[in-house]
Amino acid sequence: MTKLTISPVTRIEGHLKIEVDMEGGKVVDAKSSGTMYRGIENILRGRDPRDASQITQRICGVCPTAHGTASVRCLENAFKVKPPTNGRIIRNLIFGSDYLMSHILHFYHLVALDYVKGPDTQPFIPRYEGDYRLDPKTNQVAVGQYLQALDIKQKCHQMVALFGGKAPITYGMVAGGATEIPSLDKIVSLKWRLKEIQEFIDGTYLPTVYLVAGAYKDLFGVGVGCKNFVSFGAFPLDDDEKTFLIKPGSYTQGKDLPLDQTQIREYVKYSNYDDSTTGLHPSKGKTVWVPEKKGAYSYVKAPRYRELPHEGGPLARMWVTNPVLSKNANKFLGVDSSKEIRFRDLGDKAFSILGRIAARAEECKLVADAMDKWIDQLKPGAPSWTKVEIPKEAEGFGLTEAPRGALGHWISIKDQKIDNYQVVAATIWNASPRDDKGKRGPIEEALVGTPVPDIKNPFNIVRVVRSFDP
Amino acid sequence: MPITRRQFLKVFAGTGVAVTVSGSLLPEIVSALEKAAAGNPPVLWIQGAGCTGCSVSLLNTTHPTIAEVLLNIISLKFHQTVMASAGQTAYDYLWETADKNYGKYFLVTEGAIETANEGRCCLSGERSGKEVPFTDLTMYLGKGAAAVLALGQCGFGGIPGAEPNPTGVKSVRDFFKSRAVKTPVINIPGCPPHPDWIVGTIAHALLFGIPELDDDGRPKMFYGTLVHDNCPYRSYYDEKKFAKSFGEVGCRLELGCKGPESYADCWKRGWNNNVNWCVHNSLCLGCTQPGWPDNFSPFYVKTTG
Repeated sequence: MTKLTISPVTRIEGHLKIEVDMEGGKVVDAKSSGTMYRGIENILRGRDPRDASQITQRICGVCPTAHGTASVRCLENAFKVKPPTNGRIIRNLIFGSDYLMSHILHFYHLVALDYVKGPDTQPFIPRYEGDYRLDPKTNQVAVGQYLQALDIKQKCHQMVALFGGKAPITYGMVAGGATEIPSLDKIVSLKWRLKEIQEFIDGTYLPTVYLVAGAYKDLFGVGVGCKNFVSFGAFPLDDDEKTFLIKPGSYTQGKDLPLDQTQIREYVKYSNYDDSTTGLHPSKGKTVWVPEKKGAYSYVKAPRYRELPHEGGPLARMWVTNPVLSKNANKFLGVDSSKEIRFRDLGDKAFSILGRIAARAEECKLVADAMDKWIDQLKPGAPSWTKVEIPKEAEGFGLTEAPRGALGHWISIKDQKIDNYQVVAATIWNASPRDDKGKRGPIEEALVGTPVPDIKNPFNIVRVVRSFDP
Repeated sequence: MPITRRQFLKVFAGTGVAVTVSGSLLPEIVSALEKAAAGNPPVLWIQGAGCTGCSVSLLNTTHPTIAEVLLNIISLKFHQTVMASAGQTAYDYLWETADKNYGKYFLVTEGAIETANEGRCCLSGERSGKEVPFTDLTMYLGKGAAAVLALGQCGFGGIPGAEPNPTGVKSVRDFFKSRAVKTPVINIPGCPPHPDWIVGTIAHALLFGIPELDDDGRPKMFYGTLVHDNCPYRSYYDEKKFAKSFGEVGCRLELGCKGPESYADCWKRGWNNNVNWCVHNSLCLGCTQPGWPDNFSPFYVKTTG
């Protein structure tokens, strides 16, 4: 048996170590370790509840608006208020713009270099050598797109800032709605900015994803994972939140089930947290860090849904939502373009490295096209915010979908201050260690069976890990 | 044509007009930077207990573009979020580059330095099979650096260092002082900092050396003005016309704006290619100031005194 450690895993957000055992050129076991602890949940205690929507955005600088969204929803749930229509739509637009940014950044700047050979200059060297399969011309086009996407990604952030104040880390979402009343000039500006992004997604991003996929077809069979998916739902389409663009629900052991947030538990047997806190629902959750603990190998807890590991992220959401795909998918699968293909028509191909990458690109289009309609629903000059009052005592929760997975915040308030605040962050679903029953987390499970033909250049291991966008 | 320091500062300090300072980078300066880049000292960018928000903010630089910065202006030898390689290949390269360029490279730190439990709250990678705490990495690389750029509010301690400071966070300056590291530290606070502040400080360091700093170690050219004194909503304050709800016309003081305590030039620079900025959108939270967030919290309540 051969052991291999990758630490640090690069081109991700945060600190991750991956250890694998290999036999006969394939991974037979894997461990995923988060190696950074900050204790932000404990820092929140005793503060004004409204501060949470700012402080939690700093959990992740790549998806701050996801934490902002979960947090303001959590506060509104506890305060018993709902944002006005403009507030709901503006928040969807801020968050949607950040989704586009995050998905484009992921494909071009976080994963592309696993498939595309960059120029022989920093930061493209040093690199793993060997398994680059694009012909020189296609490779050159892809390198050009890497640079173009830097500009597009930046323009997505300009869209975030239009109503969010700035990006990354936005000020435009608060408990009670959004801070700006939309003016006609901003609405028009957003519409035209979005058009350029949509053209890039339709004309460049999606076709390139399928083009690259064509050169690495075997990777549709690598990185299968646990095949359980959870989506908390995102982008409410009406003020009563009856419908969402990204549907809430789960696919658990082959069955489609409605979402029930009471079925979440966090386990810590293999995490550096006190054993007395294992198996708690996040509304009663505790974060008691233990620096040295026998058997523990991660600073990340192990959240489980219905007692099982569940994958979160674009693959999970597209599987649960099952939308119609772009015509690029028809072309790729050789299906007549007049026919509608839905995500589940990909079949087993979906459960793979490239399935996740394709799901992300298709979702990017889904969100962008929906945003175009939401912009038209804004009412210039109408209020976006409703006043909130902090109750003396209350509990609440807020759920959404970060670009990289299901995200939930839970609060309890005493004497108008935060008594407890718990975050089940998107990546901890995927990057979690084993749970108390010894079941691997989704990334760990997806690594098992991965072929590693060249141990000095373990492309497929980082490809599997990065397909989750941790 | 050589660029004089005066010309350069004129560009970088801005003239009070509503253009982004990076937007007015003269072509001659760009070419001077590119020339400097050819033989440039390497930049090593390391990440501690942070959120990567400073890096994401840097990617939003417009003039020069991020592609120009990465490919032509700085020689970025290590940056976990963008570099091609991973694991041992990447991490060994970081240490080897530092040793080869001892005393010459610039070190950029992003995220907080957690000192509790011998630094084991944040592990930066593995060297010869042993986990290296971020504290040990920062100390080793800090000693050999020509200068350290402490990026973001985390350089002061930031949110990870807020009460009750669960992981024993120290500011970069205090950490170096406690370990007798004498390398100069430039703080570029903000949560995150504006990309112009990052690029501008690096450019100044490459062309002219360390810029003039205030008592908190911040470049005066970016952090020398009080937001409140220069705020476009200042006349409302003088007329005592205060917004009571978001979206209402007026000074944002009663909504909790921390502009009167905050030094930064967001008021003229704007964010994200100047499409917006915090006070126009809602309010200033004071994220460039030492002691943030604790001394500025609760955020959405009027500051008294």
